[in-house]
Amino acid sequence: MSMTVMSFYLFAISALAGGLFTVISRNPVHSVLWLILAFISSAGLFVLLGAEFVAMLLIIVYVGAVAVLFLFVVMMLDVDFAALKAEMARYMPLALLIGVILLMQFGLAFGNWQMSEGAEAARAAVTPDGVENTAALGMLLYDKYFLLFQTSGLILLVAMIGAIVLTLRHRTDIKRQDVLAQMYRDPAKAMELKDVKPGQGL
Amino acid sequence: MQADLNVILPEIVISVYAIAALLFTAYTGRDRMAGMLLWLTAALFTVMALWIGTTGQGTRTAFGGMFNDDAFSRFAKVTILLSTAAVMVMGQEYMMRRKILRFEYPVLIALCAVGMMLMVSAGDLMALYMGLELQSLALYVVASLRRDSAKSTEAGLKYFVLGALSSGLLLYGASLTYGYAGTTLFSGIIVAADGQAPVGLLIGLVLVLAGLAFKVSAVPFHMWTPDVYEGAPTPITAFFATAPKVAAMALFARVVHDAFGNVVGDWQQVLAVLALLSMFLGAVAAIGQTDIKRLMAYSSIAHMGYALMGLAAGTAFGVQSMLIYMAIYVTMNIGTFAFILSMERDGQPITEIASLNMYSRAHPGRALAMLILLFSLAGVPPLLGFFGKLYVLRAAYEGGLAWLAIAGVIASVIGAFYYLRIVYFMYFGEEREPLETARSPVQWSFLMVSAALMLLGIINMFGIEAMAQAAAATLVN
Repeated sequence: MSMTVMSFYLFAISALAGGLFTVISRNPVHSVLWLILAFISSAGLFVLLGAEFVAMLLIIVYVGAVAVLFLFVVMMLDVDFAALKAEMARYMPLALLIGVILLMQFGLAFGNWQMSEGAEAARAAVTPDGVENTAALGMLLYDKYFLLFQTSGLILLVAMIGAIVLTLRHRTDIKRQDVLAQMYRDPAKAMELKDVKPGQGL
Repeated sequence: MQADLNVILPEIVISVYAIAALLFTAYTGRDRMAGMLLWLTAALFTVMALWIGTTGQGTRTAFGGMFNDDAFSRFAKVTILLSTAAVMVMGQEYMMRRKILRFEYPVLIALCAVGMMLMVSAGDLMALYMGLELQSLALYVVASLRRDSAKSTEAGLKYFVLGALSSGLLLYGASLTYGYAGTTLFSGIIVAADGQAPVGLLIGLVLVLAGLAFKVSAVPFHMWTPDVYEGAPTPITAFFATAPKVAAMALFARVVHDAFGNVVGDWQQVLAVLALLSMFLGAVAAIGQTDIKRLMAYSSIAHMGYALMGLAAGTAFGVQSMLIYMAIYVTMNIGTFAFILSMERDGQPITEIASLNMYSRAHPGRALAMLILLFSLAGVPPLLGFFGKLYVLRAAYEGGLAWLAIAGVIASVIGAFYYLRIVYFMYFGEEREPLETARSPVQWSFLMVSAALMLLGIINMFGIEAMAQAAAATLVN
């Protein structure tokens, strides 16, 4: 077995195990850690495919940002996962049945997978010779898929507006710092000098 | 690139407007500007609709076939923009009084409109998905706009979670389709998917259809509809029932004809089953409803069933009948929701059907307009709604789906019961605490105009028939 094949199986098995334990582990913090393992293994699979840029993105974005965010949420929110799981267990037989049926159907589909004759030639995003992965991706994103790239920008904008609309509250019952009011405060108005005679007080 | 940008100019204008409006209001008046901004957005939509409708010529594609500008997309865009503008203006007063009109609302709706326009013009699975997500994400947010109400929040959350699930189905189907065809362009898929479709492609096709069926709330992907319709504020429910349905239905037509036009037999049966189930469930489940918003949800499910029946015919006439049906459906719904928006008691919105008892005594004019709309929704001749149903039934019959057409007639008879029940309440119900009516001239005029259109439209349908025919001809060849 060559090195590539061996590492493929290594990464694939650990990705599957990571995914499985994410779902079944009792402690939600462990779930997130298993999820990170699944992400890192998938990154390894991407490296094997020759897509090193995507692999790095997966590690930086998903492991570095998303999974850590998950960890924070899981640790800060006091969600009773055991109760949620108990709820889920009631539907388990039905879920299993549907899962098995789906699996059989996919077996049917992938068992004799056919591609159309022109599929190989029609593939859109083949990396041109002599161009690095990252540069090729850039050419696709900013040129060929310009429309999609800009639309995803709009989608993120909607997500941002939505988060603000649904959560931001302007409270009126608290004191806020007003920088301008502070800066333009006049000593003449804010202070009063009293000439206090010794021994008399105010 | 310059030529490409020219083709998507309407979308660019609305996007830039949305961003500019967001910045401007955030820095100046915030929610005080919301009413003004809403009217401005509606005016822009109307101008854009006129512009697209009058200047659009021929068929143009942009971005390597990812974006189509043809008669079909223009028909859908004009319908979407006009109905969105109408629904926005109609609900302004309602939202103002309940203090849920925030300045982000018109901005979100504008971005949602961009999403819908991208959807109906999509020529690529990825462009389809992007448009769909842009539209859906804005819809999830506006569904829970009344964030202090548990029902509204629940509606938004439910819609979001189920929407994410349907997006997942759609994406998985798209990836299987790509795996078979080697391209995500519709023009490439239609060449690859010719003749006998293998199992892998079939599963991909069915998953894509399932994702789209969720968006048009066709049975069995309808579960979210009643809850979301009931929970969302009424002006937003009115929006859900109109433009997004047109967009999703047009997208449906585009996918099945542009991408899978050579395997008609494979998707025809799926659409026929969806249509059959939607028509019957919409008709039967609405009977027991006591809330008029939930009733309208089931009504929209049934109407989507009829529109899908037209599409299931798989012919150009089928697409034409679907477009006509959707245009009529949107007009009827705008009028009906203008009426629902005006139902109140002591300033509180009322959505109970029983509260309409003897409504005709206090407001004979409104009751008559509502009667016409309800008859039209039920498909009673000689109103416009009847002709909509006639078109789709004819399309199904001519497309070789006579059994579906017969089922459609039966479902329509069952469905007529709950529309007529409201009429019964309004005219012959028992005496109860009377319902008040919001004094809103905008809502009144939308109700009256919509009801008048149901009557006047039967003369020549305002030329929609010819437009829909031209639109359908560009899609099916």
